[in-house]
Amino acid sequence: MNNNGTILSVNDLKTYFQTEDGVVKAVDGITFTLAKGETLGIVGESGSGKSVTNLSVMRLIPEPPGKIVGGDIIFDGTDVRALSIDEVRKIRGKRIAMIFQDPMTSLNPFLKISTQLMEVTQLHLGHTKQQAYEHAIKMLETVGIPDAKSRVDGYPHEFSGGMRQRVMIAMALSCDPELLIADEPTTALDVTIQAQILELIKDLRERMGTSVILITHDLGVVAGMTDKIIVMYAGKVFEQAPTKELFERPANPYTKGLLKSVPDPAHEQGEPLYQIPGLPPDVAHLPPGCPFAERCDRAEDICRSEYPPFVEINENHHSLCHFAKEVYDGN
Amino acid sequence: MTNNDLIKLENLQVHYRVGGGLFSQAKHVKAVDGVSLDIKKGETLGLVGESGCGKSTLGKAILRLTEPTGGKVFYNGKDLAHLPQSEMRDQRKDLQMIFQDPYASLNPRMNVGQIIGEPIRTFGLANGRNVDQIVQELMETVGMSRRFVKRYPHEFSGGQRQRIGIARALAVDPEFIVADEPISALDVSIQAQIMNLMEKLQAEKNLTYLFISHDLRAVRHLSDRVAVMYLGKIVELAPGKDIYDSPLMPYTQALISAVPVPDPEVEAKRDRIILQGDVPSPIDPPAGCHFHTRCQYAIDECRRNVPQLVQIKPAHSAACIRISPEHPNIIANAEAGLGAVGLE
Repeated sequence: MNNNGTILSVNDLKTYFQTEDGVVKAVDGITFTLAKGETLGIVGESGSGKSVTNLSVMRLIPEPPGKIVGGDIIFDGTDVRALSIDEVRKIRGKRIAMIFQDPMTSLNPFLKISTQLMEVTQLHLGHTKQQAYEHAIKMLETVGIPDAKSRVDGYPHEFSGGMRQRVMIAMALSCDPELLIADEPTTALDVTIQAQILELIKDLRERMGTSVILITHDLGVVAGMTDKIIVMYAGKVFEQAPTKELFERPANPYTKGLLKSVPDPAHEQGEPLYQIPGLPPDVAHLPPGCPFAERCDRAEDICRSEYPPFVEINENHHSLCHFAKEVYDGN
Repeated sequence: MTNNDLIKLENLQVHYRVGGGLFSQAKHVKAVDGVSLDIKKGETLGLVGESGCGKSTLGKAILRLTEPTGGKVFYNGKDLAHLPQSEMRDQRKDLQMIFQDPYASLNPRMNVGQIIGEPIRTFGLANGRNVDQIVQELMETVGMSRRFVKRYPHEFSGGQRQRIGIARALAVDPEFIVADEPISALDVSIQAQIMNLMEKLQAEKNLTYLFISHDLRAVRHLSDRVAVMYLGKIVELAPGKDIYDSPLMPYTQALISAVPVPDPEVEAKRDRIILQGDVPSPIDPPAGCHFHTRCQYAIDECRRNVPQLVQIKPAHSAACIRISPEHPNIIANAEAGLGAVGLE
């Protein structure tokens, strides 16, 4: 694989939710490893299970109704599933940090930015108030907040959306985590601000050597940011591959459809866009065959009756499809 | 005014008063600050800009869902901005809107048949059985099964709800539709479906669209021409291809440069223009060119002079005092040390 060593390995993780409608298999068997300093992108539409995967890694699944029913989560040699909640808390926020889509709802509106930043290092690094305060200012400077010394005592509403996301990143990186999970970190932001935040994550990743899991629905964002990608659909891993290979030679019709349905500025206006027909399936009531068969343009009878195999294209490239090799070969 | 202009805006303004009381002076948000534009019959005009730039307010002001505080809105030569409310109501039959959040814009207590049928009844376009007939035809037009006519909005996904919203807008057979971020809340695979539906309907019914979005890829795909808005003003206007391939304004250049491309090789080679800072508050926008606080080419004159939208190339206008028809390239101008060429 590589000589840096593995920071996180997830093996056949299954997280199910009990609902009135039956059991929802939100994540149903996902396997990946993340090396130190590496960036993994997880792409999928809403309800595909990409966020639940990462909430599982952080042990943040509300139980009940949710439950991790199977699989291993090994973080730097530690079995995360076997830890007590107290032990998980020592890792969460310190060694694994997370940033969310909406920075307004993840910051406490009643507390000063300084208080919220200080809490993290006082708890995890045993900082005194003075140390924590100075560290908070340093972190705000690191993430590019101008005039950090005076802004540190402001409240979240005094910051713009992009600035709040910077504060969240400052908080996440306060304890110098080994793994940063960013769940749609730029979805609520304008493109120019998105470019700033992505640039910041890239820069910090290089300076601090942090491993990153980037969850997004935007194929453009993962193209420039990641080493490898997992494409999820209906709780399943549909395809995983190194970034370059996934874009050049997808081996799954769903990935292929997603790539084609993004408007390409080079194309002439007026041509219809490729569209994946239909709607994402109801995860509580999946059909017996491939969950994507109904919407797939190359589905055959077998796809509707038999669950597809997870085909190995090569050591690093896998696809859940009866015809993975054919799709990979361009047929 | 040429005959094929369906909509013509003249110096349209929407200013809001904020604050102000016994001891404090009221301030004004200039959400739309003197916009002049024309939209041709059958075209799609894309309107892009960051949040807070006034693009949604502009769309609503055309339909008088927000009252303009100044300027004129001509629809087929008739000034809508100064029409009495009662006449404007009748006029809305021809001008419709599709909203970003199809859930918030559909009445949860009405079923699909009632939602789509309401405008038909309100405008007395049909009655009784005929309404049901029209509703079902509309549902098919937007790609929904007639079986769903008795269902309620919460039973549908976002994409399906957006189809209901589109069917409702089409119910009165409008000529012009303002589509305000119609795909932003939808999943990637559904976005393509809705964009294709909008194009199909445009071709079938000869519709004219104002397509408002912050998604530049979608705007480029759907629009004939694109207007770029920044803090209440149109700063660049050109055919979609030109906006993308050869943007003139430094702001447009940064905006295009910020769009991520789904191609790792392109991304690896890209030299992105990263704008510093945020969009300034529209309450007290910077003097002169509103963009000068974030512009790498700003010179002293930019802080004093408000640039006008002028034609730089055929069919391509921009508002920047550092470019002119003789010197259209801002980067070359900056390297050559040319100052405010647009003022001379």
